[in-house]
Amino acid sequence: MLPGLLWLGLLMVVPCAIILVTAFYERGIYGGVDWSVATLANFVRAGEWLYLSIFLDSARIAGLAAILALLIGYPAAYAITKSSARHQTALLFLAMLPFWTNYLIRTYAWIVLLNPAGLINNFLQLTGVTSGPLPILYNEFAVILGLVYNYVPFVILAIYSALQRLDPSYAEASRDLGATALTTFWRITLPLTAPGVAAGAVFVFVLSIGNFVTPDLLGGGKLQMVGNLIYDQFLTARDWPFGSALSVILIAVMLLLLFAQALAANRARGEGRSHA
Amino acid sequence: MKALKWMSAAVSTGAAMLLAAGLAQAADKLVISNWDGYMPKDLPEKFKAETGIEVEVAVHATNEEIMGKVVASKGEGYDVLFVSSPFAEALNKLGIAAKLDHAKIPNIANLYPEATQLKHDPGNVFSVPYTWGTTGLCYRSDVVKSEPASWNDLLKPADDLKGKTTMLSTDRWLMAAGELAMGMSVNETDPAKLDQVKTQLIETKKTLLAYDDTTFYSKLVSGEASLVHAWDGWCNYGIAQKPEIKYVIPKEGSDLWVDTMVVVEGSKNKDAAYKFLDYILKADNGKWVVENIMYKSPNKAGMDALDKAMFTQYPNMAITPADLLKYEQLRDLGDGMKAFSKVVTEILSAK
Repeated sequence: MLPGLLWLGLLMVVPCAIILVTAFYERGIYGGVDWSVATLANFVRAGEWLYLSIFLDSARIAGLAAILALLIGYPAAYAITKSSARHQTALLFLAMLPFWTNYLIRTYAWIVLLNPAGLINNFLQLTGVTSGPLPILYNEFAVILGLVYNYVPFVILAIYSALQRLDPSYAEASRDLGATALTTFWRITLPLTAPGVAAGAVFVFVLSIGNFVTPDLLGGGKLQMVGNLIYDQFLTARDWPFGSALSVILIAVMLLLLFAQALAANRARGEGRSHA
Repeated sequence: MKALKWMSAAVSTGAAMLLAAGLAQAADKLVISNWDGYMPKDLPEKFKAETGIEVEVAVHATNEEIMGKVVASKGEGYDVLFVSSPFAEALNKLGIAAKLDHAKIPNIANLYPEATQLKHDPGNVFSVPYTWGTTGLCYRSDVVKSEPASWNDLLKPADDLKGKTTMLSTDRWLMAAGELAMGMSVNETDPAKLDQVKTQLIETKKTLLAYDDTTFYSKLVSGEASLVHAWDGWCNYGIAQKPEIKYVIPKEGSDLWVDTMVVVEGSKNKDAAYKFLDYILKADNGKWVVENIMYKSPNKAGMDALDKAMFTQYPNMAITPADLLKYEQLRDLGDGMKAFSKVVTEILSAK
């Protein structure tokens, strides 16, 4: 227990505390922090429309990524639970396989696929489906695609484990009582796996909203998400305190979401027990 | 490793023995940080073979990255840093760059006279220029309908080039393209003027394929892009792969960028660091570096030794120091950086 706490304290709490404290000071002219006067100015500045709109835009993109990941992840997880036990292991393994490759490499692979002279565009033109290259890279579409692709395995895992825990007798009872398969799914399976859905969605949202590599590479740097904004504050703009203030706000948003999700999951578990 | 050094010392003459022993004790190795691929790969080995000093090369992707690493720690852990001149200036103002002892870098005499009087550091007090050059337009001469000649050919591209151009997104160069097109200084900090540049660059953004600071030349080679905003040396990488690629300095001019070597004030291996600088400044090493990285060097002796065929293949290598010096150098913006960065954020986040 103690080594674990120490680990958490040193690598998690202390860095976060440093970020929090830094957020209340002024930037040094050549980088670093001017520790002479404490100020709230960085937080006030974060409320300016320019930065606020970047936050909102990131939330929109992350939200879209979460919804799409659910739409893909749920059927995939469902199909996996419906297959034989031996196949389940293999299928889960396949879903996780991309994680063995570096995130950057996976993202670059999409550039190879999507670029105007890339595989997809060449194929479409060769088969006569399109006459010119489709603009499918360096825009929001590509960014969302990249986020969904990278994070969908988390959704599959979360929903798979929720489906696994689901007692099959509920669905059987529903069918016995005359409900169609669709009604059974809609009224029984989906509500009972809601905690898994929520966990998967929050995961994708939280990971997406802070992402800066994907907008940079697949968005061609043309769209800024909070992650890019923070990155730029620390690196190009030499404004560590403002970057820290933005990070604090982002961390707060993430914590709030994770907390709400944990709370909901707890309640759902409580309800599940009372039903049983 | 230490044992090896002692062994080699044992077979040397008395004087050399003392020297090598001293080195082995002062220990350790020289840590330098440079951009990836910005010096010959075997340079550390050759340097070690000649001086007995081991070099560890750390790489940084951008100036900003290495600044982030050294600003908080006062350069702890590094001996020599390769940074662009505005960052060398900042390192100097922060007290991280050492005042150079020219007596220990005799080969500094190999520099062009122009390279000793650069605006950011006249007399090479705290930095030694490593490479220098221009920023301009790199393009596919076999694809563009008319040869680009002005920054406006990039900023307001012809219809056939829309969606086929890229710009550097590194703040200073991004803004410089607009500033030069409008006849402003590349070190402008006046908010009204920056606003004007911003408006243009937001318009330009709608016509871009992407912002690209690292792979623009390969986008030209693959045909994804036809015209890109480029540093001359990296355009040469494209030319090497596809001779149809050409480089032009727009008629409104360029910035003069200078990448420099800086010795860290807190270095415990300053003498070794000086030896490293001196080694780079040798005539044959200067030549070797240029042949490897295809960027122009302010090392006159090195440039003179180059095979002139290189100037034919890469015409931008032939520009004279006198011509280079006509362009304005990027300088550190100091306190002006805050407003400047906001303008850049406005451009990069614009829809």
